[in-house]
Amino acid sequence: MWGILSKEVNLFLSSYIGYIAMGVFLLFTGAWIWIFPGIGILDGGFATMRPFFDNAPIVFLFLIPAITMRAFAEEKQAGTIELLATKPVSDLGIVLGKFFACWLLVVVALVPTLIYVFSVYQLGYPVGNIDLGAVAGSYLGLIFLGGAFVAIGLFSSSLTNNQIIAFILAMLLCFIVFLAFDMLSGLPILSGRGDSFVQNLGILHHYESISRGLLDTRDVIYFISVVVFFILLTKTSLERRKW
Amino acid sequence: MSVQVSHLVKTYGAQRAVDDVSFEAQKGQVLGFLGPNGAGKSTTMKVVTGFLPPSSGSVKVCGIDPETDPMAVRKKIGYLPEHNPLYLDMYVREYLEFVGKLHKVSKLGDRIEAMIEQVGLTREANKRIQALSKGYRQRVGLAQSMLHDPEVLILDEPTSGLDPNQLAGIREMIQELGKTKTVILSTHIMQEVQAVCDRVLIINQGKLVADDSIAGLQDRISGESVVVIELDRPIDMTFIEAIKGVQRIERQADTTYRVFADPSVDIRKGLFKLAVEKDRVLLGMSRETYSVEEVFRQLTAG
Repeated sequence: MWGILSKEVNLFLSSYIGYIAMGVFLLFTGAWIWIFPGIGILDGGFATMRPFFDNAPIVFLFLIPAITMRAFAEEKQAGTIELLATKPVSDLGIVLGKFFACWLLVVVALVPTLIYVFSVYQLGYPVGNIDLGAVAGSYLGLIFLGGAFVAIGLFSSSLTNNQIIAFILAMLLCFIVFLAFDMLSGLPILSGRGDSFVQNLGILHHYESISRGLLDTRDVIYFISVVVFFILLTKTSLERRKW
Repeated sequence: MSVQVSHLVKTYGAQRAVDDVSFEAQKGQVLGFLGPNGAGKSTTMKVVTGFLPPSSGSVKVCGIDPETDPMAVRKKIGYLPEHNPLYLDMYVREYLEFVGKLHKVSKLGDRIEAMIEQVGLTREANKRIQALSKGYRQRVGLAQSMLHDPEVLILDEPTSGLDPNQLAGIREMIQELGKTKTVILSTHIMQEVQAVCDRVLIINQGKLVADDSIAGLQDRISGESVVVIELDRPIDMTFIEAIKGVQRIERQADTTYRVFADPSVDIRKGLFKLAVEKDRVLLGMSRETYSVEEVFRQLTAG
């Protein structure tokens, strides 16, 4: 697993994928919360990171599928998957190596945004008038959400040898898991009869719950389950060649 | 026995890509896998490496079944897949380091340098793989397969894309390796088999049609010798048939005949005398010997 992990990280660093992904993430979220009028922190009147944490998952929705799309699709296209699968690494090891490499990139992309926290902290009146617990919780939520998106993206990539299909599929799946359940729960037919169950299936509900700064084991278990579920699906999908 | 394949069948849907193939490969032997395109060579190799499971039949590598203990088999095998897949955006050393780490090779740095020298990559070792020509990429693939000093080497068309000088070097290297390891290589280049292999397996449409040494294969069809003669004017073929030892005749052109005869009799004297007797000028006479190529064609035709 470590061999695969370091190979993937090296690739991010040597092929600009890593820098571009981080750059785009910072550009989008930065522009959103500091520059665009009417929606940002400066126009909000409160010392809060809320606009950032509302916006970041949407950026992830596009960006993470772009990071993960090549993971397996490219290996299949180039035939290198045959090379990997005949080396002494298990299929699960391959999947985990790629998962942690992509996740690491997502987490590293979040690090520079701590400057935003510092800025908002300084802008508060009085200085420091900001709910740091909620900020910490939200970061944790973003990290979990990033992990879930990465797992979904890897699964999509394992289904095809076409990177564009992998990208679109990953975006669709991320959208469904992130938002669609939440939206569906608003259907009148579900009202009072399973709407909260449907809502609980989606990421958004758990992300918002963690964002409040209250670490509930149910939310943590939810995120871990989503990641494990899609990692196992990816492993199964890799083993399709044996069917 | 290093590699044991018995009654291997691999089906893709309705197609039987490999159909009841059995063979054994021993240590200290280079086994050549010969067959036309699509014969099932690569599929057999993929099953032996454990990349694909067999539909039925069994494979044992150093006594281990790749299905039950894939990790143990992967450690023992060095594999160069068909088309030599590589990570093109890696540097040569970086790539070998990656493969070496997967195999947990000890003293990896020294081993990589030794390997680079052995396959003749020294001049190109600081480049990205995508900047290398096909022949050099092939060497990177070979280096990768031998890096962990495996007991069994499985090379799917190892010499494709090499120029004649490189070809000789790589063949020599494979032969050298074959002295201490089990080497299975596939190719459709006949000269390669004659130059490198101790034993040949010929496979056609998924079926094994021959498993023999080079000499054995040549003997197989030397049940008759062939003499081609060219005369200045046509001759009645019954006169040729009358010569002692002649079995049959094929007319290749107006005045050119292929005469098949019992190999224990030299019919050339008889042919010469006949020409003189019938007042024909003998423009040419040559004896054909069978090459592996012909054996191959005979066994895989149709």
